[in-house]
Amino acid sequence: MRTAINLLKHVNWSARLGLAVIVINVACAFFAPWVAPYSETEVVGDVWEPVMWSAEAVPHNPPVILGTDQLGRDLFSRLMYGARNTIGLALVTTALAFGVGALLGFLAATMKGWVDMLLSRGVDILMAFPTLIFALVVLSVMGTSTTVLIVVIALIGATRVYRISRAVAMDIEVMEYVESARLRGEGLWWVMKDEILPNALSPLVAEFGLRFCFVFLFISALSFLGLGLQPPTADWGSMVRENAAAISFGILTPLIPAAAIALLTVGLNLVVDWFLHKASGIKDVP
Amino acid sequence: MNNLTTMILKRLAFGVLTLFVISGLIFLAVQALPGDLTQAILGRSATPETVAAFRHELGLDLPPHVRYFQWISGIIKGDLGTSLANKRPISELIETRLYNTMFLACAAALISIPIAVGLGLMAALYRQSYLDKLISISTLSLISVPEYFVAYILVALLSVTFPVFPSLASVSPDMGLWDRLYVIALPVMTLTFVVTAHMMRMTRAAIINVLGSPYIEMARLKGIKKGRVILNHALPNALSPIINVVVLNLAYLLVGVVLIEVVFVYPGLGQLLVDSVSKRDLPVVQAISLIFAAIFVLLNLIADVLAIVTNPKHRYPK
Amino acid sequence: MSDNQRLLTIDGLFIEGYQDEQWRQVVKGVSLHLDRGQVLGLIGESGAGKSMIGLASMGYTKPGCRITSGSIEFDGVELVGADQETLRKLRGTRIAYVAQSAAASFNPAHKLIHQFAETAVQQGLMSYAEAEKKAKELFRRLDLPDPENFGNRYPHQVSGGQLQRCMVAMAMACNPDLIIFDEPTTALDVTTQIEVLGAIKEVIGAYGTAAIYITHDLAIVAQIADRIMVLRHGEEVETGDTRAVINSPKKDYTRALLAVRKHRGETVDHGHQDIILEVQNVTAAYGNKFVVLDGVSTKIERGKTVSVVGESGSGKSTLARVITGLLPPIGGEVRFQGQLIPPGMKGREKEVFRRMQMIYQMADTALNPKHRVRKIIGRPLSFYFGMTGKKREDRIIELLDKIELGEKYLDRFPGDLSGGEKQRICIARALAAEPELIICDEITSALDQLVAGGILKLLQNLQNELAVSYLFITHDLDTVKAISDEIVVMHRGKVVEQGPAQAILNPPYEPYTDLLLSSAPQMDPSWLPKVMQHRRELAAKGINLQT
Repeated sequence: MRTAINLLKHVNWSARLGLAVIVINVACAFFAPWVAPYSETEVVGDVWEPVMWSAEAVPHNPPVILGTDQLGRDLFSRLMYGARNTIGLALVTTALAFGVGALLGFLAATMKGWVDMLLSRGVDILMAFPTLIFALVVLSVMGTSTTVLIVVIALIGATRVYRISRAVAMDIEVMEYVESARLRGEGLWWVMKDEILPNALSPLVAEFGLRFCFVFLFISALSFLGLGLQPPTADWGSMVRENAAAISFGILTPLIPAAAIALLTVGLNLVVDWFLHKASGIKDVP
Repeated sequence: MNNLTTMILKRLAFGVLTLFVISGLIFLAVQALPGDLTQAILGRSATPETVAAFRHELGLDLPPHVRYFQWISGIIKGDLGTSLANKRPISELIETRLYNTMFLACAAALISIPIAVGLGLMAALYRQSYLDKLISISTLSLISVPEYFVAYILVALLSVTFPVFPSLASVSPDMGLWDRLYVIALPVMTLTFVVTAHMMRMTRAAIINVLGSPYIEMARLKGIKKGRVILNHALPNALSPIINVVVLNLAYLLVGVVLIEVVFVYPGLGQLLVDSVSKRDLPVVQAISLIFAAIFVLLNLIADVLAIVTNPKHRYPK
Repeated sequence: MSDNQRLLTIDGLFIEGYQDEQWRQVVKGVSLHLDRGQVLGLIGESGAGKSMIGLASMGYTKPGCRITSGSIEFDGVELVGADQETLRKLRGTRIAYVAQSAAASFNPAHKLIHQFAETAVQQGLMSYAEAEKKAKELFRRLDLPDPENFGNRYPHQVSGGQLQRCMVAMAMACNPDLIIFDEPTTALDVTTQIEVLGAIKEVIGAYGTAAIYITHDLAIVAQIADRIMVLRHGEEVETGDTRAVINSPKKDYTRALLAVRKHRGETVDHGHQDIILEVQNVTAAYGNKFVVLDGVSTKIERGKTVSVVGESGSGKSTLARVITGLLPPIGGEVRFQGQLIPPGMKGREKEVFRRMQMIYQMADTALNPKHRVRKIIGRPLSFYFGMTGKKREDRIIELLDKIELGEKYLDRFPGDLSGGEKQRICIARALAAEPELIICDEITSALDQLVAGGILKLLQNLQNELAVSYLFITHDLDTVKAISDEIVVMHRGKVVEQGPAQAILNPPYEPYTDLLLSSAPQMDPSWLPKVMQHRRELAAKGINLQT
């Protein structure tokens, strides 16, 4: 605990800001059912009621903090549930992408030969598709269920994770300590788990942050296109889409969920950026 | 020289091969359409006859390799098949839309490339300055927000609060160039913002990488003027990574275009693709995704070939 | 005579470097002076601050370093605090720099001649045509091949030794008053090193250029410098005329530096005569085409040290890779304790792995930075002998004592250790397996001389105690002389000759061995002219180099 506090002291202000944003978001996602004033689907008032502190605000009890959406539901509550759904889905997907991508990447780097050849060419082909197009083709064929969504995005994510972890593992694999372990007669598993993994950890942690951002934005984009999570489930991308029409009346409601997405990803990126900078060992000379 | 040509030819061959594999995958994806899903598309009330007719329409009753070659040879001849939704030939559907999408993408590219490379260079040269920090933090924010967030902010600002530009980019074929540019101002701006941010960050990194090399230190120790160190020593070596960055970002622009077209209801390929996906108009999805994939592969190919050509080690072999 | 003879005066120079989020002093009050046409050798181990002083003489500090106080006066101009334009005009024209790695310091995008001419033309000293003429003259003087067209090549098209000489030529382009040589021969092979060194000496002598020559090798500096300054931890140890410093050093540290070269430990004859390893007619290639080992045979007896010596590309490291199974040979066989062992690692028994251990040149990369010393040394113990708990712990401590480090190192990470300590940990890891043979691949060449000496002594003691055999791969002839029982000389993938150390190291010499032996720098300042003469004689006999 004390080391965590010590570590925080060395974090610069932008990363601290990012960290705060992440903590708030995760807390919202986790406690949504207990903290949110209304439920996900409850209609509480008129369409697009303004935010609580505006002059035309309609009084409610409990208060409708950020106004209502296109169906008169409480936007604030839906944002909290949206955090729960979107962040949860993105986490599961990223974890899956990482499990598959990193394992295969390490395998390719340690085994080399035809395993590496086969995996790398396969990934090359998948990466020759623009990501969004790939997802659209699969979704048009398989339909837009949550499982399909997770699998497709995880697959896309896994190709990038594979590239990174293979490259990182390759750099480590040429180190003499790995050769030394091999000359000791160690097996593949030890080499991957004890020699490569501990040294690959810091680039992979940073990559996890970036990959999470990518997955999160990707899910939101698909939802925004109407191909992600299906209504009435609240998620931030579809909330932007559903409320989009309001913008031409000068009502800023769609900007709120969009801003929530932006805030979280910027926050994450700030932390990752700081982490990468630290890990790269580049020194800022005052 | 011979060496160089073989490298490029190899890369070209790989590009063509990739295209074939991709077309095969797109084809297979549709092929894999399970029987009950055919039903799901047609609805539960569909009789076995209509299902059979639908499968016939998709050609699912023919052996796959026959169908693939029919499809491919059709594409090579310019026949992309027929839309399921409105029974019109796909090539007719996408003709003007392809032009529109290209117009939008090119306009964004033409604006963002010089800005991105210029600012990237500045940020790299004045590293750790306030300008650099400002650029760094704003581009970091820009690349991490969704495209449509930028789009809606621009709409709220420049179309609603200050009604300068239209919020819907409705173009028609008989529009003049300036009218067209005026109408698409907001989508172009949005794309420019997003792509410039990416390109600028990568340009900066590429140049900083080169500036750290021992031969740059050597040039300074040789008493070369700072401007000349940059132009004559850093730039020729940074060129290849910068070109790579630019071309890769053009490929990225391609994906961004789909979202932006939806936001501004712009009659382009991306809009049609998204519509067709929700309608499950599979032949159209196939055709458009093949076009996007082909452009993407081509851009990557160009990036690789340029990287080979601009590297002195390849141009002047031992 | 006195005042305008003085070219460079450095007085009370302090330089700081930014490390671990704070400024630390790296150069602590060094003063020196240099007259026109004089050569000053700066010598010291890594971290002595010698490169920084060299660069500071040009008014330059690396990014992350700064001059905090002191004065540097070059021909009446104060360089500390001078504006960039003043410094820029001096650099390249009056003070030039020769870096350690020519390969990295030449711009890959331009022809050599353009890089040569750049300063002269940009500073308006010569026209391009004049610069080109000058280049050809210098290329000829520096013995570069085809001097007329040499400049039309790109850096990646010429060899390392040639590139290094080309950089010397580039430094000479504007007839500077002073050249800073920053370890210009360190990255080269011994035989190539001589040529570059000879070229440097010849050309600065001919033009009467003053120089600061930075190196860690006393023997090299003895050949070229008029005066020597010995540095340690950023401070001056002693300064004096070359002969005086070498023949009668005043300080213990200098004496220690000199003494390292003469080390020859005592050997115990174990009396065993059984053969541990036998390599028969081994041929190996990379990618089935590029043959790097060509019919090599040799053998190692128990408790003996066999040195394999040769230049880069001689195949000496490949021999180690073949024996360990990292590179399966395409022909020939390897016998270990009389048993034929599988060519590759696949199919080798755990026992074979255990009995044959390897130690590497770079201890930095040979130790997993995320493992503590306990795990590094403990793993072979549990892997080969199934040791656990107290037994394992005791054995680790025992091994740490053997390598003269002790228990307090147990929980440290490699990053907390010095270069010499890391190499000792590598030795302990090898010993943990209780091997019959340890393959040592250039294990001292990345270390400072004093530390390397300590490692060699330790290995000698361990051999006397444990009767382990060493296969010692090295390019350093001093090391070979210090430790070998037998010597194998390799050149371009073949064994040139092999036999007992005494036979190889004493006349009559095999011609290539002669070339190699005569290339090893000696302290005697008159050695370089002698060896250059000797080399010409060898060349007349048809013994040539691969440059």
